[in-house]
Amino acid sequence: MQDVTIHITDREGIKHTVLAPTDMAMNLMEVVRSYELAPEGTIGICGGMAMCASCQCYINSNHKLNEKEAEEDAMLAEAFNVKNNSRLSCQIPISETLNELEIEIAPEY
Amino acid sequence: MIKTDILIIGAGPTGLFTVFEAGLLKLKCHLIDALPQPGGQCSELYPKKPIYDIPGFPEILAGDLTSNLLEQGKQFQPGFTLGERAETIEKQNDGSFIVTTNKGTQHHAPIIAIAGGLGSFEPRKPKLEHIEKYEDKGVNYFIKDPEVYRDKKVVIAGGGDSALDWSIFLADVASEVTLVHRRNEFRGALDSVEQVQELKWLNKINLITPAEITALHGENKIEGVSVTKDGETQTIEADAFIPLFGLSPKLGPIANWGLEIEKNAIKVDTLDYQTNIPGIYAIGDVNTYEGKLKLILCGFHEATLMCQSAYKRLNPGKKFVLKYTTVSGINGFDGSRKESPKAIVKAIV
Repeated sequence: MQDVTIHITDREGIKHTVLAPTDMAMNLMEVVRSYELAPEGTIGICGGMAMCASCQCYINSNHKLNEKEAEEDAMLAEAFNVKNNSRLSCQIPISETLNELEIEIAPEY
Repeated sequence: MIKTDILIIGAGPTGLFTVFEAGLLKLKCHLIDALPQPGGQCSELYPKKPIYDIPGFPEILAGDLTSNLLEQGKQFQPGFTLGERAETIEKQNDGSFIVTTNKGTQHHAPIIAIAGGLGSFEPRKPKLEHIEKYEDKGVNYFIKDPEVYRDKKVVIAGGGDSALDWSIFLADVASEVTLVHRRNEFRGALDSVEQVQELKWLNKINLITPAEITALHGENKIEGVSVTKDGETQTIEADAFIPLFGLSPKLGPIANWGLEIEKNAIKVDTLDYQTNIPGIYAIGDVNTYEGKLKLILCGFHEATLMCQSAYKRLNPGKKFVLKYTTVSGINGFDGSRKESPKAIVKAIV
């Protein structure tokens, strides 16, 4: 399987282009962590259970993503700095359809 | 002043297991945690979630793991300072430490074990003007003593388990409970959602959704809040406002203790998980070293090695060999004794 290219804007506004493997059952939050694009302890606090919103990101490209499940929807309803294009990155599995995806990590709060 | 052998900062799984390992070495522990209950993330964030990588447990709920760890360490009679955050540390002339919490509770110990996970859980505060001014004057992010709200008008904001559970509980205590959430849907146990629904029908909970608290009012304490729904704002009387928007961990004051910090974690020597300050150890998710994995099982290992080192530090030169619980049993500080039954030696004729 091929790696996909993801464009990630960190919380300082710096853009990074990274490669993400599609065969390691990773999610977008884990990709951000593996490249250390957000300080440890400020992202993925609950480990990826859609229970903390620390991995909130904004989707800035027109990719068709997996639908939000009820848990993610509910967590976003409690989170801060939420926009229409907000998602919890831990709930987005890396797949080939994500190639050239553009995201921005939401502010830490 | 609370005195103990090992002062553990953080009552998550690693901190709780330290009590057991220290107990085997006859060392007494006291734990401080910012949360009102032990268990750390396991009880605060995901008590009902299964964990699959605890050795010997093919599957165990995080809440059950906490209960088991408390049970396992019970005979070593650990002390707890809960709902308080370790704030300052002062080294004494004899090399021991005094740790003071944000509520002023003082603890004296020769050994400090920081098992703080990702840090102390701080409430996520809604962005409301002057909210700090009302903190402890009607605004509280935790409920420690529900009796405080007896016959009061309480407004709770949030859509998770805490908001639901406290609304249900306070419906019988407060004179008026208003629950405000941004959506009609709540994220919680089905049972809690149904109970709130029923209490709403019984007019015991005033449910306002989808709505938000947009302003706080009052001279020196909370007297009312503004609730905005569908673009229209109404002000309701309130003696208390409890925003329950979850918790976010912060390394907090520990970051200023002179410890070597890297990537929001405390650097340790993997020999015994001691920090750059002799006598202060860091174990579990709060530490970092080459190859570190933030796993509960790694925290258990680190706690075990750390206790051996602490023992040697407290008893220099004293001979000691590792004992197996299967062989030696366990002598509790409460006088209890656990041991394996003796083998039966009997002739067969």
